[in-house]
Amino acid sequence: MASQQQLSVIKGTKVLMVGAGGIGCELLKTLALSGFQDIHIIDMDTIEVSNLNRQFLFRQSHVGQSKAKVARDAVLKFRPHISITAYHANVKDPDFNADFFKQFNVVLNGLDNLDARRHVNRLCLAADVPLVESGTTGFLGQVTVHVKGRTECYECQPKPAPKTYPVCTITSTPSKFVHCIVWAKELLFAKLFGDKNQENDLNVRSSDAESSSEHKDDVFERKKDEDIEQYGRRIYDHVFGYNINLALSNNETWKNRNRPRPIYSGDVFTNELTRQNGNMDKNFATDDGTSVSAMAYLGMKNPQDIWSLVENSRIFLEALKLFFTKRGKEIGNLSFDKDDQLAVEFVTAAANIRATSFGIPLHSLFEAKGIAGNIVHAVATTNAIIAGLIVIEAIKVLKNDTSSYRMTYCLEHPSKKMLLMPVEPFEPNKSCYVCSETPLLLEINTLHSKLRDFVEKIVTAKLGMSFPLIMHGSALLYEVGDDLDEYMVANYAANLDKVLSELPSPVTGGTMLTVEDLQQELSCNINIKHREEFDEEKEPEGMLLLGWTQPFLAAEKDDNKSNGNDASTSNASTTATVEAEMDDEIDVIHAGKKRKLSEESKDAALGISRVADGTKNHKVLEVLADEDDLVMLGDEETGTKKKRLL
Amino acid sequence: MDGEQLTAQETALYDRQIRVWGADAQRRLSKAHILVYGMKGTVAEFCKNIVLAGVGSLTLVDDRMVTEEVLSSNFLIPPDENLYSGMTLAELCCNSLKDFNPMVRVSVEKGDLSSFGVDFFDNFDVIVVSSCSLAAKKLINKKCRTASKRVAFYTVDCRDSCGEIFVDLQDYRYSKKKLEETINCHLQYPSFEEAISVPWKTLPRKVSKLYFATRVIEKFEEVEGRNPGEASTADLPGVLKLKKELCDAHSLNESHVPDNLLERLVTNTSEFPPVCAIIGGILGQEVIKAISGKGDPLKNFFFFDALDGKGIIEDISSDSNTGK
Ligand SMILES: [Zn+2]
Repeated sequence: MASQQQLSVIKGTKVLMVGAGGIGCELLKTLALSGFQDIHIIDMDTIEVSNLNRQFLFRQSHVGQSKAKVARDAVLKFRPHISITAYHANVKDPDFNADFFKQFNVVLNGLDNLDARRHVNRLCLAADVPLVESGTTGFLGQVTVHVKGRTECYECQPKPAPKTYPVCTITSTPSKFVHCIVWAKELLFAKLFGDKNQENDLNVRSSDAESSSEHKDDVFERKKDEDIEQYGRRIYDHVFGYNINLALSNNETWKNRNRPRPIYSGDVFTNELTRQNGNMDKNFATDDGTSVSAMAYLGMKNPQDIWSLVENSRIFLEALKLFFTKRGKEIGNLSFDKDDQLAVEFVTAAANIRATSFGIPLHSLFEAKGIAGNIVHAVATTNAIIAGLIVIEAIKVLKNDTSSYRMTYCLEHPSKKMLLMPVEPFEPNKSCYVCSETPLLLEINTLHSKLRDFVEKIVTAKLGMSFPLIMHGSALLYEVGDDLDEYMVANYAANLDKVLSELPSPVTGGTMLTVEDLQQELSCNINIKHREEFDEEKEPEGMLLLGWTQPFLAAEKDDNKSNGNDASTSNASTTATVEAEMDDEIDVIHAGKKRKLSEESKDAALGISRVADGTKNHKVLEVLADEDDLVMLGDEETGTKKKRLL
Repeated sequence: MDGEQLTAQETALYDRQIRVWGADAQRRLSKAHILVYGMKGTVAEFCKNIVLAGVGSLTLVDDRMVTEEVLSSNFLIPPDENLYSGMTLAELCCNSLKDFNPMVRVSVEKGDLSSFGVDFFDNFDVIVVSSCSLAAKKLINKKCRTASKRVAFYTVDCRDSCGEIFVDLQDYRYSKKKLEETINCHLQYPSFEEAISVPWKTLPRKVSKLYFATRVIEKFEEVEGRNPGEASTADLPGVLKLKKELCDAHSLNESHVPDNLLERLVTNTSEFPPVCAIIGGILGQEVIKAISGKGDPLKNFFFFDALDGKGIIEDISSDSNTGK
């Protein structure tokens, strides 16, 4: 197969790789060995210790350096005579426009987030360059081929929405550990150490009994001269004691649930235990910000241990104290970061104490970090396999061997005896707004919704546009860009706050809007349909985008069924059906026969049952705001979690 | 396990993979001793994978010198004659691999593996051989089986855009969780010699054609006294003749061993790097499974052909084929 003809095709090729991470390292190596001589690689990231177990081109001494550049240098060591061009940059930079993409024969993605994948997809379509896309999670992976007009584009099938939980599950009726983590990270941590002006549902409290609380609002403020130990105990008693008591007073909530147990610091530390807390004077921990650790102060070493209630309480108080004493300057600006040891300690402890209240099993710091940081499982072997498959597919694309294109799934458990399962690629989705010209349909209340809602919830969140331009006929309603004059900026800002029907060029039922992103060279039309009412629970956005989105929830149901028997397959980030029917023929599964959207919604494995629990005022809380969490082709930094982590 | 804990350094380095297979499995890995024989591209890939995974030690055996062919697919060897001259393949690879993970002991053993005594094999948990003659495979496998403890045995080879893995875990027990239950599993593997002696006509109709083709080539090399991988287009008539003989002897329809597949395998005997990555990756996963006791190990052959893109498991043992 590595024939002369094939080699000459490879040699004359200019290839662009996006991503120099887990898949990227393997891919760059395999491309170089396979004879590719002109490789360009883009990655904005720098090397971290936790990359070293699989990103084999990197060493301890490279930590902090550009992945793209170190990868290039490492590969040049065994292939000195080829050309590798490294860009330490974001692929979304305007420099990497369609003209830039046009110089390549094929683009290979080894990315870790949905946002960048969509961006590259659009540019490949605009530049008419074939794209080979990939992703891995643990032992699972997949490779897909996207050739304009021949196969579906990366966005032909809608990607899963971010995981969300009803607010009241988080604030008052957690039933899983992840709910406690979300509470600790998004609410408590944000309230104590984050931006004070940000809306925070901790204020909402856990019940309707809100009116009875006297020391609202200021309870989280540290009083002048308040002793830090005292402040910590006060916060502790408020969130784990008082608030739970408050919640308990609403009998309705607990009719069919186990009643939580309020926990007060006085009950936990029966003696004078807190006094022993911390070895501040010993000062054996370094004082440079992020290396401060409550575990180190308390002499606890093993992140795999599950702490007792007393230990969790100590960590909680110690971590809180350390934030105020050692990292006081950052308070007010902190947001949770999985690489911030003290933050992870605080969140683990808080989540565990809350879990104790609600009778939910406790978890180790290691596990809690994985859940809170949305960390994806990654191993070298899967990345190596996927990289090999990418190169095989890339060579087919270069040879224009259309009939042999395959999307391939790498499975953990064999299906039809296969661990590597090729499937014929799907045809383009005729209603895809990205690769076809079919207009979308938006149901929206044009008398209530503002242009801002439309921009935020549809243009940015759903269509993934970064520099949008919105037109009604020839009238420009809105635009984002660097070179706008002040007058326009003011004009657009004013438009944002206007209700659709009151815009200078009114948007009403029957209007067609054109939305463009010049950088992505994407333009699509949206037909507006006025609708009065929206179901708060099912349509929390107050608008509904149709025409492209597929019946996602139905697929998920399907999935859960097939899952039941095997928790680990359930994490497959695959989109095709992979169940094993042992028939006689081992044939390539044919396109369209059995498409199941499914597995991506496997993120649902994280326990994100979208099951609404019946009560009113469900707002939807966005969880794991990390951009990583949405993705279907979950690769290493992306999405999917194993159930057993929970 | 036995209460020993991973160090903070290990936990930080292996964070992402501990999230895949757990801390227990990681501890088992760090105590495993692995030996590989035949340092071509596929084995280089495998070595990279298990060194990154954090096994206890890796021993390399291959006294051959660098050739053009090895250079083309083995990224562990610097392509500079000044750097590689005078050193064996094992020594060169050892130098590179040491760098990948300071926590793994990588070393070289000189000599002919098939001549080593059984007590030598006792030092290892896993033996992987590549580019080995049929006789050597059988012999080394036999020694693994007579060692005082279970020594897992694997063969791996790639030619053209095809690859084969053979696995012998002997008598292998492991448990897995299914929902809340723990299920105990027991697999019995045949030796390489036993597996390839299973009469072809008793095998399921759909067995990978690569299985037969590889046996034909393997046999051809043995009869002709060739080194593994030493064949060319000129040998095709001889190979096709042998195929016919073997098919007749096994009463197997010749269509199960397509001529064009054999032609590919003799015409291009060198490794194709993407396939090395794929086969080396699957083998890495299998060895990790066998050491850690986590996951269903494959029994007992794996085949990949880039032409159709399928990566298939075949169970070829006398007891498993009768019922099908
Ligand atoms: Zn599309």
